[in-house]
Amino acid sequence: MSDPVLDVQRLSKRFGAVSAAQDISVQIAGDSVVGLIGANGAGKTSFVNMITGFVKPDAGRIRFGGRDITGLAPRAITRLGICRSFQIPQLYGSMTVFENVLVGLGVLLRNAGRGGFLSREAVVVPGHGGSADEAAERVLAAFGLLPYRRERADALSGGVRKLLDIALAMVAKPRILLLDEPTSGVSAMEKFQVMEMIIQAAKGEGATVLFIEHDMELVERCAERVLAFYDGRVIADGPPGTVLSDEEVRRLVTGALPGGR
Amino acid sequence: MSAGRTGRIAAIALLLLLAGGLFVPDWLRFLLTVAMAQGLVALGLTVQLRAGLLSFGQALYYCLGAYAAAALGRFLNSGDVILQMVAAAAAAGVAAAVLGLLVARYRGIFYGLLSLALSMILYGLLVKTEALGSTDGINILPSTLFGVRPSQAWLRYSVLATAGLVAFAAVLAVERHFNTPLGRLGPAIRDNEIRVEYMGASVRAIIHIEYVIAAVLSAVGGALAATTVGHIDPDMAYWTTSGEFVFIAILAGSGSVLAPFLGAIVYGLIHSTAYQLSPNTWQMTLGIALLLVILLLPRGLWSLFPQRRSA
Repeated sequence: MSDPVLDVQRLSKRFGAVSAAQDISVQIAGDSVVGLIGANGAGKTSFVNMITGFVKPDAGRIRFGGRDITGLAPRAITRLGICRSFQIPQLYGSMTVFENVLVGLGVLLRNAGRGGFLSREAVVVPGHGGSADEAAERVLAAFGLLPYRRERADALSGGVRKLLDIALAMVAKPRILLLDEPTSGVSAMEKFQVMEMIIQAAKGEGATVLFIEHDMELVERCAERVLAFYDGRVIADGPPGTVLSDEEVRRLVTGALPGGR
Repeated sequence: MSAGRTGRIAAIALLLLLAGGLFVPDWLRFLLTVAMAQGLVALGLTVQLRAGLLSFGQALYYCLGAYAAAALGRFLNSGDVILQMVAAAAAAGVAAAVLGLLVARYRGIFYGLLSLALSMILYGLLVKTEALGSTDGINILPSTLFGVRPSQAWLRYSVLATAGLVAFAAVLAVERHFNTPLGRLGPAIRDNEIRVEYMGASVRAIIHIEYVIAAVLSAVGGALAATTVGHIDPDMAYWTTSGEFVFIAILAGSGSVLAPFLGAIVYGLIHSTAYQLSPNTWQMTLGIALLLVILLLPRGLWSLFPQRRSA
């Protein structure tokens, strides 16, 4: 593998008696799409939470682009280029869809030193090449959210809320996008279409995608590489076809063979 | 409400205040000036409420502003209203920048009670400080404007006009602030702090900035109240004073940056009328008024006005 964009070394985390991560070492190459699979409680979300600073690991190091980001605050990690969506979408419920995106673009302006006490946002947003209004329109268009732009976020359906959550993660133009069950709440018929739209939008920006997913068909179709988690460990790592047909994965993760938990 | 509409309504209200102020009796000029001062404090509360934070100790900065104005008279022999407001804003800005480091760490009831505790510490300090008049307080030098002392006939009007202009400027500045990238983060924090952090912003830093803005507004209000009343005492920092500002903010509602000033005027009228009609039970009348507003207008007096939905 060429220089990995994300290098996780010997990551461990315990919550009381539960081991969420046991000595996990993983390297992620740039511009790739990686699926994280595992039963509930296997440590997938904890893994994502540690990378994004939500949870501090007990041991181990996380390097991003060669820089040690272990234990940094979420905002610092976001500013470096790692953004995420959540299992339960984290939106600004009282605001419209458009305003949700505008807030994110405003943060970019502030972080670029253009968001003072009385500064308006009619200037070019860093990385977006247009005003905040224009940039917000483009972000919404990329995720098919334009028809909802005037609707309050707390009035949206589950699937649209998920998309807006991912769109918010994409506003900062991340180099790595971590998605926690991006298609939960999306109808079975639309799942593939939605996932393809997300990957297309991320790849268009040159972002690496890591996504947690329980739908193995979706993983097989969308991921270029799969990490299978069990009991806080990565028990298989490789192309989807290889990992999903692995006997241990089938027994412990996908439940395709008897003997799993 | 759009910024343009707010500006137009504020301009009309200012013109009415400036023109009407020429003809109304002195007691009403006094009431309106104090209402502008209290409205500034309530506007500071609105700035914090927008981020989901309720301060029970905003009187800290109201009182600090008043004492800064008094200190100007005592140590520099100046009663200039403009200088008093500048001194008040500077003192509150510095104090809030320091105290905000602590306050911005808390949310909900802890934020409210910590702000209350800080205001009561100031109250305690002032009560024990003989040099600042202890419980008797201090008299403020007669008001001047840019070094000129208006004649007695014009004094009240001059201070009212100044208060009106300051309130107008504050309304425009805060309205503009609410529509900036920084200002938009206030409601974002109220809605979802996690997402704000995961967009790359520091929630604590934003709350700190809003806290300082609210403090400066409140201190300017305190300086105006001091020069209007002519006397200040530690009660300006007492928790009941903070309660009055919360009362005004609830009465007004948070639908517009103009609402706190409407709330302050209505509060002043209810307070004065109730006190005149029944000096011993005026608090009960205020309580009933607030109860009626909460029951009949849960979003405050401002909800009486038709709202335009912004795009």
